[in-house]
Amino acid sequence: MIELLGVHKAFGTNRVLRGVDLRVTRGTSMVIIGGSGTGKSVLLKCILGLERPEAGLIRVAGEDARRAAREAFLARFGMLFQGGALFDSLPVWQNVAFRLLRGAMKRPRDAARAVAIEKLRRVGLGPEVAELYPAELSGGMQKRVGLARAIAAEPEIIFFDEPTTGLDPIMAGVINELIREIVVEMGATAMTITHDMRTVRAVADTVAMLHEGTIRWAGSVAEMDATPDPYVHQFIHGLGQGPIAAVR
Amino acid sequence: MNLTRQLARLGRGVLGAVAATGRVALFAADTVSHALRPPFYGREFLLAVLQIGWLSLPVVGLTALFTGAALALQIYAGGARFNAESVVPSIVAIGMTRELGPVLGGLMVAARVASSIAAELGTMKVTEQIDALVTLSTNPLKYLAVPRVAAATLTVPVLVAVGDSIGIMGGWLVGVNRLGFNSATYLRNTAEFLEAWDVGSGLIKGAVFGFIVAVMGCYHGMHSGRGAMGVGAATKSAVVGASVLILAANYLLTEVFFSA
Ligand SMILES: Nc1ncnc2c1ncn2[C@@H]1O[C@H](COP(=O)(O)OP(=O)(O)OP(=O)(O)O)[C@@H](O)[C@H]1O
Ligand SMILES: [Mg+2]
Repeated sequence: MIELLGVHKAFGTNRVLRGVDLRVTRGTSMVIIGGSGTGKSVLLKCILGLERPEAGLIRVAGEDARRAAREAFLARFGMLFQGGALFDSLPVWQNVAFRLLRGAMKRPRDAARAVAIEKLRRVGLGPEVAELYPAELSGGMQKRVGLARAIAAEPEIIFFDEPTTGLDPIMAGVINELIREIVVEMGATAMTITHDMRTVRAVADTVAMLHEGTIRWAGSVAEMDATPDPYVHQFIHGLGQGPIAAVR
Repeated sequence: MNLTRQLARLGRGVLGAVAATGRVALFAADTVSHALRPPFYGREFLLAVLQIGWLSLPVVGLTALFTGAALALQIYAGGARFNAESVVPSIVAIGMTRELGPVLGGLMVAARVASSIAAELGTMKVTEQIDALVTLSTNPLKYLAVPRVAAATLTVPVLVAVGDSIGIMGGWLVGVNRLGFNSATYLRNTAEFLEAWDVGSGLIKGAVFGFIVAVMGCYHGMHSGRGAMGVGAATKSAVVGASVLILAANYLLTEVFFSA
């Protein structure tokens, strides 16, 4: 479904992605792990065309992402941003239903609102938050609203950038289950960035580790536990000692 | 050696300025072309009219009132040197409608609106809200820039018209209360000497200034640097850029309209 070949992206002299090769099969869930600042968020933005890679090829459903008609291309995607990125001029429900209130997927306001309330329920938020503004919510609540917005239009491909950071363990568990459900029930293709090993185990079909600008390792969760790769081993066990320098 | 380095620095500066001008011009052209093609965001447009037009009325009105009043005093004092005190009503009216109404109105709108647009869009950029718009299949230029630019271009002339009237009223208040003019004569003089083109040219200037203000606000906001410092710098550039451009455009328009 998603294919990356030799993707390079630099910001000035900071070479963030240095030849990323990755392949995500339709209807599966891939989790990307890797140290802070290794370019995981940038990778997702490159796929969406929010950042322009200097080199490499990105194909989505066999189509070159740069050549695709933007509108139709983006209509397939839902994205949860790391910082939520909620529109603070709109109340929560209009954030969630943003896509359903305008453009090709436009529907009556009442119907859009009903969908928004239902999606909010699925991320553990009651109808009372619907009329609030994002600035009135806690960080974890904003994250969940962002999640509800990402899944509101039931896209084929969903990106979650750290869906459980800032959530309590119970809510994190609920969100993990939700992501799993979306992949299994709706048949969506998901890419999730996380630092939370519980999320990795709960939602991943495959795991890929980004390190120093390339995919250092990729495989299933069982393979991850068994791999002799010292980088992966250090990362999943959170060890201070190992090939990844913790203090620079 | 030192000289070439200085020259190189100067060259870089000039090239940078030219490139920036080009980018702003392209942005403006892009915005206009998007404004002519659907989808149109009516709600956003109405909100922008409220924000830019309606809420700017107090500032523009007060500015015009005091300017008209001061203008009447000055022209009276100047006119007294030639025994021509009777020109006060007509010169106040012409001065307000042709120059001071649009220019001061434009500058006040630049201070109020260019800054708030740049800060708002800059914050949206920094918090990835603009990226989020893109992923929701919404063109940020269409959704954010077009409504604001359209609203400013259409409402600033109205603000200017209101400012003109209030400015003339300020002159009249001072003329009647402080300078001993007869109220009816003052108003008759104003109406008699004022030509439609005096007002019309000022309204056209207002539209151009409104366009400049919104384009500068949107451009700098949407290209804001990262973090709070980026937003601060974007806001500053928007206000300074809009103000300077307004004054430059005012000179050019005056040259075009009135140099016979
Ligand atoms: N717009 C940008 N301009 C300049 N540098 C950027 C930009 N976006 C990201 N970077 C740089 O790219 C690198 C990777 O950033 P990215 O946000 O992808 O990290 P990440 O892997 O998501 O980290 P985290 O786990 O902390 O979220 C960082 O060094 C960052 O400074
Ligand atoms: Mg990140």
